[in-house]
Amino acid sequence: MITFLAFIGTHSYGQKTNRDSTLVDSAGVRTLRGVTISTIAYKEVIPSQKLTGEQLKSLNSFSVADAIRYFAGVQVKDYGGIGGLKTVDMRSMGTNHMGVFYDGIQLGNAQNGQIDLGKFSMDNIESIAVYNGQKSDIFQPAKDYGSSGTIYLRSRKPVFDSATTTHLKGVFKTGSFDLINPSLLWEQKLADNLNLSLSSEWINSSGRYPFRYKRVYHNTGATAWDTTAIRQNGDINAWRVESGLYGRLNRGIWNLKTYFYDSERGIPGAIVNNVWKRSQRQWDRNFFVQGSLQQNVAKGYDIQVNAKYANDYMRYLNPDTTLMYIDNNFHQQEWYASIANKYSVSKHIDINLSTDFQYNTLDASLDGFAFPKRLTSLVALATAAEFGKVKMQGSVLGTFVNEKINRGNSDTAVAAPSKNEITPAFFISYKPFARADFNLRAFYKNIFRMPTFNDLYYTDIGNISLQPEFTHQYNLGFAYRKTRQGSLLSEWQLQSDFYYNQVTNKIVAVPKGSGMYRWMMMNIGEVEIRGVDVVGDLAFTFPKDILLNIRAAYTHQTAQDFTTRKNPELQKVTYGGQIPYIPWHSGSLIAGIQYNTWRLNYSFIYVGARYQNSANIPENYEQPWYTSDLSASKNFQLKRCRFRVAGELNNLLNQDYEVVVNYPMPKRNYKIILSVEL
Amino acid sequence: MSRHSYYIAALLLLLAASSCRKDVQVFINEDTSLDTAANNGFAGFYLLNEGNMGSNKSTLDYFDYTTGKYQRNIYAAINPNVPKELGDVGNDLAIYGGRLYAVINASNKVEVMDARTAKRIGQIDIPNCRYIKFDQGYAYVTSYAGPIQVNPNYTQKGFVAKIDTATLQEVDRCIVGFQPDGLEIANGKIYVANSGGYMGAGSSDKYERSVSVINLATFREESRIDVAYNLHHILADKRGDLWVTSRGDYKQLPSRLYFIDKTQQKVTDTIPVAAGNYHLDGDSLYIYSTEWSYVTYSNVITYAIVNTRTHAVVSRAFITDGMDKEIEIPYGIVVHPVTKDIYVTDAGNYVSPGMLYCFSKDGKKKWSVRTGDIPAHIVLLPKS
Repeated sequence: MITFLAFIGTHSYGQKTNRDSTLVDSAGVRTLRGVTISTIAYKEVIPSQKLTGEQLKSLNSFSVADAIRYFAGVQVKDYGGIGGLKTVDMRSMGTNHMGVFYDGIQLGNAQNGQIDLGKFSMDNIESIAVYNGQKSDIFQPAKDYGSSGTIYLRSRKPVFDSATTTHLKGVFKTGSFDLINPSLLWEQKLADNLNLSLSSEWINSSGRYPFRYKRVYHNTGATAWDTTAIRQNGDINAWRVESGLYGRLNRGIWNLKTYFYDSERGIPGAIVNNVWKRSQRQWDRNFFVQGSLQQNVAKGYDIQVNAKYANDYMRYLNPDTTLMYIDNNFHQQEWYASIANKYSVSKHIDINLSTDFQYNTLDASLDGFAFPKRLTSLVALATAAEFGKVKMQGSVLGTFVNEKINRGNSDTAVAAPSKNEITPAFFISYKPFARADFNLRAFYKNIFRMPTFNDLYYTDIGNISLQPEFTHQYNLGFAYRKTRQGSLLSEWQLQSDFYYNQVTNKIVAVPKGSGMYRWMMMNIGEVEIRGVDVVGDLAFTFPKDILLNIRAAYTHQTAQDFTTRKNPELQKVTYGGQIPYIPWHSGSLIAGIQYNTWRLNYSFIYVGARYQNSANIPENYEQPWYTSDLSASKNFQLKRCRFRVAGELNNLLNQDYEVVVNYPMPKRNYKIILSVEL
Repeated sequence: MSRHSYYIAALLLLLAASSCRKDVQVFINEDTSLDTAANNGFAGFYLLNEGNMGSNKSTLDYFDYTTGKYQRNIYAAINPNVPKELGDVGNDLAIYGGRLYAVINASNKVEVMDARTAKRIGQIDIPNCRYIKFDQGYAYVTSYAGPIQVNPNYTQKGFVAKIDTATLQEVDRCIVGFQPDGLEIANGKIYVANSGGYMGAGSSDKYERSVSVINLATFREESRIDVAYNLHHILADKRGDLWVTSRGDYKQLPSRLYFIDKTQQKVTDTIPVAAGNYHLDGDSLYIYSTEWSYVTYSNVITYAIVNTRTHAVVSRAFITDGMDKEIEIPYGIVVHPVTKDIYVTDAGNYVSPGMLYCFSKDGKKKWSVRTGDIPAHIVLLPKS
């Protein structure tokens, strides 16, 4: 049993697929005290990375964003603190090109296209998977084909053995930043084929932490100035309630999920000369209900139906009387429905046809706002073929967007013209040797992101003539795994990918007219990215059942701005420069050691030197940063209750660093976690 | 241990080795030789780069006429002990009484330096400060952050702060219109161009359209002169008449240049040129403008010279060698009173470095140099 646990992390690359069953989510998955273990059946055609189970639990993460930092090729922009904005960028294509899926359905933000992953607590998340291009399984909604990279977040699902019908779990976290974070989970077996899950959480934190800025003289190294202050207005108070119904049918499964999140937070803002405290506030209320049904209709024919309604409210308040008073409300709604049909033509060939409809609206209390409405229709046709050593997938996605507005500025009182785009993707993998678990893979994908409602219609800066922003991805890589039962190094695995990406028609804010920082969104940017990702996993089995798992990831990226400019002299300064906040070198290391009921985990993140701007000059240079985090946990049982006590120490070396310039990150901090389960 | 352990150790070492992180050094200025030494009555000039809001990258550059050298980013090198350097969004620059005053808008302060050395003397805290002018030992600074009224809508008038330059203390405040920008002191009065920039975003008629006239002796607003929506700059010619720019409403109403007759205290002429910013040299008003065209979806940049005596548009191009086609966003302009060299800055894309151009009086480029982000405000330093 315990040996098996050790492989959780390493096996997770082999994503399960069930080629003939509709029970994708439950078949082929065994459960061991709430840890889902994927079977090692199928090598993915598409490069992917996954964190799950104990390995995920032992990472010192406040939010999903913290955990995502450990993936190769991924950069997280973190504005600091528990409440601070955290966005993700995969292979330097820009955060708007990422699709984030929560329990199978995409999280939308038609307003600005950004998903703040800092808002998603790790409390109820069981696995995080990251795909370049798209998910390997072709049996999916058309939306799943529609991003340059995708992140799949899976919440915990109730699984019962024959003896129990109820699970209860309570967790209490506290620590630095005056954090109080209790959560409760209730899972109930309602019937043989129906399970219920209810999860709720409260996060309260002052968000206060000391930070330090220091400068030294260049010739002597003596201190020029050295200032320590307390980060203020980073407080957060947030509630999350989530429920799920999971049912099984004859040859089918379904689930229904509701999610509610309500928060108030301070926006800590940039630290600049003479301004060490800000007072802007933000309120968010997110609600969605989504359902999914998979049914085997006839032999070789399966359907999948997904639907969602989301209602998001955001209020931004600037009460600072020295600045422009702003109190804006934004209200977004989304209706979404999808049908996917998979037909197995033969044992080797599957075909999938998916049709999605999505309707988005945005209301705002802004003067001169346009009240946009968008209808997006998507059709995806995909096929997967398997011929011995070769596996292939091809897909074509048609996206048809129509928009309407109610009123707005007289200049922009017209809706953006409708857009029709057809974009292809092609994936192939080849397993040259019969015995060795080695495979080569390659893909090409062309996809785009739509201009957001803000890009198109935001009072004054919006530009309705914007075109979609395209990406072209070329990838070549390999994966190798070796299992050696009984030896010290019981398993190891290595995967690496080389890639070349192009971002064309990149939407960039350009100065408009003169004075007062007025901008206009334009399709002028061109970016080329050349990179390599390497991920290695090692699993050691020492005597006395001591298990050691090591996972290391490294990314090298050259991401160059090839935007042409009107002024050749200014073009010289920015042309060919590394784009903002993309390090040439970055990497991570996770090492977990388990002995009996004890677990010790060390994690390390390294982000190399970067520039804040495509002008790679000393003024824009940003130091490398690297943090070491440590966690220790102990499980024990008292009567029927299972306890877990864990302590976390973050930024062990007390480094003063910034991910984004003028947004200082916390120094050393700690967290204590108590968990009871019965 | 197996050989794989060595790989791990090697990887760890690699990470450790590549992770060199040193203490961050104070910026040191970069010098560029541009020109030969020149004797033209001035020691040099300072250029204040605004820096995009939130970037804290307002920087100070200096061009030295005695050496022909351009020194980029001198503030931190000269004042290495100031935390977070010069600040966020430098909005105006002036020299008065041997001191250099930099209005740093988003740092809510006026930085006071020695004009010869750029060494910091102190600061005057004024929230959301905009422009500065001087008279009789007092500095007058416009600010957006006046008293608040909520009846029923939130409104906030601006003010002019009166500062004793000997003590650097604010001694008085005079409330003016909404979001006051440029100011001018002439004829015993302070003229303030009110913009209403925070008010007019949704509907143009909420912009301010008046110049506040403050009696210098009583320091109280005595009248308003109706001009046009969204005023920005104001300056007096040598006869004491005033030239005011209007930004327009960025939609139908274009940017314009207005003339206020000092005796009639009202607008008596509208010059048919767009005016974003200008510089007065003798009777020649050098003007440029950047206006967004919703037809071509690009900035339309125009240049002009207006004679302040005749009000005639003397020229529609003072850059004659074609360089005007390359400048992305002209953002600052100064004409050397002796050599008549024309200095024009290009703010580029606002988030990366800009350029400073020096044109001869017949509009031919003499030299250009990279500046900080959003090069904007130039002030000449007289010889001691």
